[in-house]
Amino acid sequence: MSENTERPRGEMVTFSLNGSYVQADPKWSLLEAMQFYGLNIPTLCHDEGLTPYGTCRLCVVEIGKGDRSKLVASCMHPVREGLEVRSHSSRVMKTRKMIMELLVARCPSSKKLQDMASMMELKEVRFEPANDDCILCGLCVRMCEEQMAAKAIGFAGRGTDRYITTPFDMTSDECRKCGACMYICPVCELRCQGPQAETTLCSGCINTEPVCAEKYDDATCFMVPCLSCVKGPMDVK
Amino acid sequence: MISIKELESLRREIIAGRDTNKPRITVCGGTGCHASGCVDVADAFKSALKSNGSEDSVDLIVTGCHGFCERGPIVLVHPGEIFYQKVTPQDVDEIITETVGKGKLIDRLLYRDPVTNEVKPLESDIPFYKKQMRLVMGNNTSIDPTNLMDYIAVDGYVALEKVLSDMTPEKTVDEIKKSGLRGRGGGGFLTGRKWESTRNAAGDTKYIICNADEGDPGAYMDRSILEGNPHSVLEGMIIGAYAIGANEGYIYVRNEYPLAVANITTAISQAREHGLLGNDILGSGLNFDVKVTRGGGAFVCGESTALMASLEGKPGEPRAKYIHTSEKGLWDKPSNLNNVETLANVPLIMKNGADWYSGIGTGSSKGTKVFSLVGKINNTGLVEVPMGMTLKEIIYDIGGGIPNGKTFKAVQTGGPSGGCIPESMLDLPVDYERLAEAGSMMGSGGMIVMDEDTCMVDMAKYFVDFLQEESCGKCVPCREGLKRMGEVLTDITEGRGRIEHLALIKDLAEMLRDASLCGLGQTAANPVMATLKYFEDEYTAHIRDGKCPAGVCRELIMYSIDSDKCTGCGICLKNCPSSVITGEKKQPHVIDNENCIKCGICYDVCKFDAVIKR
Repeated sequence: MSENTERPRGEMVTFSLNGSYVQADPKWSLLEAMQFYGLNIPTLCHDEGLTPYGTCRLCVVEIGKGDRSKLVASCMHPVREGLEVRSHSSRVMKTRKMIMELLVARCPSSKKLQDMASMMELKEVRFEPANDDCILCGLCVRMCEEQMAAKAIGFAGRGTDRYITTPFDMTSDECRKCGACMYICPVCELRCQGPQAETTLCSGCINTEPVCAEKYDDATCFMVPCLSCVKGPMDVK
Repeated sequence: MISIKELESLRREIIAGRDTNKPRITVCGGTGCHASGCVDVADAFKSALKSNGSEDSVDLIVTGCHGFCERGPIVLVHPGEIFYQKVTPQDVDEIITETVGKGKLIDRLLYRDPVTNEVKPLESDIPFYKKQMRLVMGNNTSIDPTNLMDYIAVDGYVALEKVLSDMTPEKTVDEIKKSGLRGRGGGGFLTGRKWESTRNAAGDTKYIICNADEGDPGAYMDRSILEGNPHSVLEGMIIGAYAIGANEGYIYVRNEYPLAVANITTAISQAREHGLLGNDILGSGLNFDVKVTRGGGAFVCGESTALMASLEGKPGEPRAKYIHTSEKGLWDKPSNLNNVETLANVPLIMKNGADWYSGIGTGSSKGTKVFSLVGKINNTGLVEVPMGMTLKEIIYDIGGGIPNGKTFKAVQTGGPSGGCIPESMLDLPVDYERLAEAGSMMGSGGMIVMDEDTCMVDMAKYFVDFLQEESCGKCVPCREGLKRMGEVLTDITEGRGRIEHLALIKDLAEMLRDASLCGLGQTAANPVMATLKYFEDEYTAHIRDGKCPAGVCRELIMYSIDSDKCTGCGICLKNCPSSVITGEKKQPHVIDNENCIKCGICYDVCKFDAVIKR
């Protein structure tokens, strides 16, 4: 509501984050507040230098009580006095995992997606891989417009036909070939090319049998430390 | 420009100048009747009246939708309000000479009750109309939508006069709040509260927007109101503008509704000419004008924020609504969005009072609702009933039941965001809460009736495919989730289903509901979840037994010929496009299932019901 903007400068709002009462600048989004308090919230379409867009939905958190609780995208939701936020409830985790499964199925060649999937302990992808190379997070579009002031690329098509392109799909004079789009792209880095590179899901890091450590010298997954030692066989699918 | 007093005297003049005994022929010009040829009928009347010189002694008007689309084109003859159905241009001369000239009824054009076979010459006697309560749609039958004088004559703009002369904006909002009117577009939010929050929002520039981007498959009530009675929507908007303090309004209407666009545009220019729009409306000091914006054919633009983005000239994609549009909507200004039917209810409430309105309906759902009754039903059409009427009454008493002696299976309410309701729940009263409890929703009022020949998995797949095509593609859950949901359902209908798929559908559905950006994605799984709730056995039949019980899913059915019934007439053999039927004349024929393409032609052409579909 509008009371946020009318507060005197410097006045903070108080809300509950995972049971603790915390304070935040009323101009912050929930995601910014949670990051300030050191919580690791997964996100693929957010960058602090760009306008929030709210499309990947990985940053969802649960707000409200009982029957009235709901999930909101924390990158878009403003902090408000008295909010009750749960960043890692089972409903949140389940939803994030399902979204991750969809993203990995769309774009299994991405290192970032595979690492995030492992961190979320995603063990199975129940869909045929689409082998696309873009998750349509829109970071490049916003980077090009907001930071590079070029507006050389944008979305075209609707729904499942949506894609990112230059105007009229032609080489654009607006593009200065600065490379900022590639810099910010979360998925153009190729995944670890170890023994599991052909599968839809790697999950090497959450496997009891390390699939790469002994067989592949150039392992490039996220594991610091490798989680394989702390997992039991029941965790493996 | 005219004042309130002048409008009142204009109304008196119009009414006094009309001879109530003058014969009048009313031809329905609604969407359904257009399809069945009403334009030709109206033209035939025009030239027939011209040729026999009775142009001045007989009035001819083409109106909006009368609702009984199944029996179109519909013609009403005054005096007597005689109801003729399925009128063709060939009947025109007879109607003029016999009914208009001599007052005789033409038996073959009258409605005949299919059960009792009794002739019903009057509209009010026909069961289809008898149980209805036509408040919003009522004037559709008596006014020419392009004639402001017709609307004024039926007490049009009386509500506006009353509001502008006797009521403050606050009192107007209170009256709507007291009436209990809720949004008719799908959300069911209390209109009064919406108006109040826009009124209270900070800022001088505010907008009122009419959502006429109706897109649910099979729903056309907003179209019919806008086509048949555009001034009622306009009057509702002007009252709304006065109540919330808006000076500008927009009507966002589908480009696929050319007649609605034409009629509302005409209505706006007429209203401007008569001082009902523009500066200092009726001398009250209210400044308000309306623009018509045509939508580009995207279902998602019916969602409030996507609609506003589209109005701003941006791609029609929704945004997060954590700050309400009543505070920051169109061009970041406080904006109030109401559906066509909601706005058309406003003049009725203001004219007759909130107490009258809240006396109709149930505890939490007030007034009437227009439903488009379509699908496997005898009386296809638009029906307006008080809230709280049971589905059974709507489908059987008004709708006349299921055609061809088939049995009822389910009714889909709320379009692609709603769900289906099975036969066991037909006593459910229609109101917002009861429908939601049943796993469906009121939605914009689409009611698709399905009989035993409908496969519920196939139906769920249809809606998922529809939404997948209409999704804007912005957020991951809706874009990817619906695509994958469609894949899973295709697998099930084509015999590749696995029992784990049911759990996957539930996981996808929960994620869609919880994580999607806008209402389209959040409710997209409803048709799937409702069918899974009430017809899980059909899903398991597809998956476990590889059978489609309704005989719809082509990959799962097989045709064979019952040798006892087959007379060997050879008609199936002749019509089979892939020549897989063999047999000697007068001997039972056989279908070679290996090469059968399952087109079903043999099933349709067999006169002896010898072809079995399994």
